Amino acid sequence: MAKMKGTIVVNTERCKGCSLCVVACPLDIIALADKRVNRRGYRYVEQTNPEACTGCTSCAIVCPDGCITVYRKRVES
Amino acid sequence: MENIVSPENLVYQKPTLLNDTDMHYCPGCSHGVVHKLIAEVIEEMGMEEKAIGVSPVGCAVFAYKYIDIDWQEAAHGRAPAIATAIKRLWPDRLVFTYQGDGDLACIGTAETIHALNRGENIAIIFINNAIYGMTGGQMAPTTLMGMKTATCPYGRQADLHGYPLKITELAAQLEGTCYVTRQSVHSVAAIRKAKRAIRQAFENSVNRRGSSLVEIVSTCSSGWKKTPVEANAWMEEHMFDFYHVGDLKTVES
Repeated sequence: MAKMKGTIVVNTERCKGCSLCVVACPLDIIALADKRVNRRGYRYVEQTNPEACTGCTSCAIVCPDGCITVYRKRVES
Repeated sequence: MENIVSPENLVYQKPTLLNDTDMHYCPGCSHGVVHKLIAEVIEEMGMEEKAIGVSPVGCAVFAYKYIDIDWQEAAHGRAPAIATAIKRLWPDRLVFTYQGDGDLACIGTAETIHALNRGENIAIIFINNAIYGMTGGQMAPTTLMGMKTATCPYGRQADLHGYPLKITELAAQLEGTCYVTRQSVHSVAAIRKAKRAIRQAFENSVNRRGSSLVEIVSTCSSGWKKTPVEANAWMEEHMFDFYHVGDLKTVES
C-alpha cells in the first residue's frame, strides 16, 4: 500500500520557540530542543520522530514566522 | 530521509514575498500568520508588482520591512484615508490597509467608517486582539467586559469604561461595503478560511467592487500575559463569544 512519507526542515535561526507547531502537529512529533538555543536565545523546535511524519503541513501553516518547510513523498511499502 | 528533501517533493514553504528579515513580533503572534497569508495571496494572484499596502501605527508599523511589495506608512489611524488616495490615483492597483484595533477602532474610527461608507475600492485587514499590544497592554475600545489590562487592572466595567466596540458589525451596515467578515488564525482550518477571506477582499479591491473589511480576531500573548498556546485557548474560550466568527456581509456582483 502506498504511504505518505514526509519531513520538515526548520529554520532554527528564525524560530522563536512559540510552540504553536508543537500543539498543531496531529502526530505529536515536534518538540522544543532540549537545552539548545539559537543566536537570539530562543529554544527552537525539532522533529522528534522523523519516521512518523506524513508531511501534512499543519505545523508549517500555523507557524507565525514561516520557519518550517515541508516535503512529502509517496512511498510504496 | 534525505531523499525526501528535494524540490520535487516540496509541499510548503515560506512565501517568497515574505523576506528573510527577522520579524520583531513576539513569539506566537497572530501578526506573523496574517503577514504570511497576505504574502501567499498576493503571490497566488500574481499581483507582486501591483500591490500597495498601507501600514499603520501599532505593532504592525514595520509591516513594510517584511513583505516585499510597495508600502506607504500612515499617520496613526489614517490608513484608510491614505489608501483612498492611492486607489483613486492608481485604480488598477491592489490597495489594502493593515491595521490593529487601537489604530482602526480607536483613533482611526472616523477614517475607517467614512472610507467604508464611501465605498472606496480598498481592502482593510483589521487585527483585533482586544488590547494595545505595542504600548504595553492598555485597554482598547475592543477590550472585552471584565478583561484585565494595564489600565483597567480590575477588569473593564461598563460604568467606568463603556462597552466594547464591534466595528465590523458597524461596517456591515454601511452601503459602501461589499464584503465584511470576521475570521481568526488559531488553527489550521481557521487559517485556511482566513486566507480565502483575504483573497476575496483583495479581489474586490482589484475589481473595484467596493470596500472590504476582514477582521482577524487575534491573540496578544505578551499583552494578555499568557504563552502563545494559552493565548489561543483563551481566545477560543472568551473572544469568540463576543466576536462571532463568520461572514457578516457579502454582496454578489
